[in-house]
Amino acid sequence: MEAELNQAVSLGTTIMAAAYDGGVVLGADSRTSTGNYVANRVTDKLTPLTDKVYVCRSGSAADTQNLAAYVQLYLHQHQMELGGDVSVRTAARLAQQIVYSNKAMLQAGLIVAGWDARDNGSVYGVPLGGTLLKVPFTIGGSGSAYIYGFCDKNWKPGMSEADCHAFVVKAVSHAMARDGSSGGCIRTIVINKDGVKRHFLPNNEILAAYGELQPPLPASIAVGGGGAAEMSP
Amino acid sequence: MEASGHSDAAPHTGTTIVAVQYSDGVVIGADSRVSTGRYVSNRASDKLTPLSDFVWLLRSGSAADTQLVGDYVRHYAEQHAMELDREPSVHTLAKLVAQINYANKAMLVGALIVAGWDTARGGQVYGVPVGGTLVRQRWTTDGSGSTYLWGYLDSEYREGMSRAEAEELVATALALAASRDGSSGGLLRLVTVSSGGAERRLIPGDQVPPFWDELPAPGKTPPVAGEAMVEA
Repeated sequence: MEAELNQAVSLGTTIMAAAYDGGVVLGADSRTSTGNYVANRVTDKLTPLTDKVYVCRSGSAADTQNLAAYVQLYLHQHQMELGGDVSVRTAARLAQQIVYSNKAMLQAGLIVAGWDARDNGSVYGVPLGGTLLKVPFTIGGSGSAYIYGFCDKNWKPGMSEADCHAFVVKAVSHAMARDGSSGGCIRTIVINKDGVKRHFLPNNEILAAYGELQPPLPASIAVGGGGAAEMSP
Repeated sequence: MEASGHSDAAPHTGTTIVAVQYSDGVVIGADSRVSTGRYVSNRASDKLTPLSDFVWLLRSGSAADTQLVGDYVRHYAEQHAMELDREPSVHTLAKLVAQINYANKAMLVGALIVAGWDTARGGQVYGVPVGGTLVRQRWTTDGSGSTYLWGYLDSEYREGMSRAEAEELVATALALAASRDGSSGGLLRLVTVSSGGAERRLIPGDQVPPFWDELPAPGKTPPVAGEAMVEA
């Protein structure tokens, strides 16, 4: 038990962000684990970097919290000198530089997404080693492995805000159903030229990922009896 | 003599295998890649092995181990069928596979699926993962590529699908996994098992419609997204 609680606090996690025509949608689960113990079941993994740029955090909770704090600070100073909105690209690049320069020490898988006047909605992936890649959508965290197939099949460009939001919520739900390190509730954020809107889907309103629980299948030939008791296919 | 960069890893079916129960039977499928380290030692292998006319084994894990398990169970199945004087049931052959897996769990690495059709219970899919569990499921997937499919199959599987729907589901799932998993690829093999017996299909790798970030195979007109991959 002692050893358990002294394990690093990790954001097991499923995170994703997707751009639609006019903005971006970010989504995440809410589980933070310390070994098998769920240290926080209502975590907020969607952290503001500026008022119109947010970051989805996965990996080490400590590393990503501190990294986000640094990026917030630098971007605030930058904004004062710039006298205007900070671009999503700048925010992503700054996060990437910190991850890359400290790659041996950090465990941070990030997705930076937001809105600015020049590029509208943008999504940047900043995975573990410190790559920076602008993408129409991306997924991250341990739960993302299970939804690569789902996302590859169901993503299409030019979705509306409602469709994009539904896509993100569905994808995160499916990942939470299969990944033990993801769970709790689903937090989403929509960012466009009109601002930032947060949404919250509590656990009891997440549609069961694989439909209603099916009745168990008969799995063995009945012992005794005529055998004709079973239904024909 | 040092092989240039090729490890001495045992041939491993990196693999994606999928089996789905539909209204009249089962549809099973697999990719065709066998890797020895990073080298693809066989790009057109057949991972779908008949144990009897109506019961099939889907193999992933160690190529050697799973081939032997298949050979043993096919042998027992033949003898059993002679004594029974009818086709062996899917459950019986699945249990044989599971018993071999369990009894030799320290030595074997086989993540297997047994699927087929019999008169007692129609189409059945049994997962026999590493360790020797036996569990009947409506659908299942295994192998390294299966990780990427859980979300897709959870969202798309429906009870009582038609044959065409089930075949398209399995083919799409295999294509998605092959696209993301380095150890899966090549061509897609499908087998549909129902009361009429087993029917094999082959989908060459370049006949899969490209996904959102893929380029089509060079030199050929790409298949149209939305058209069924499996010919009726």
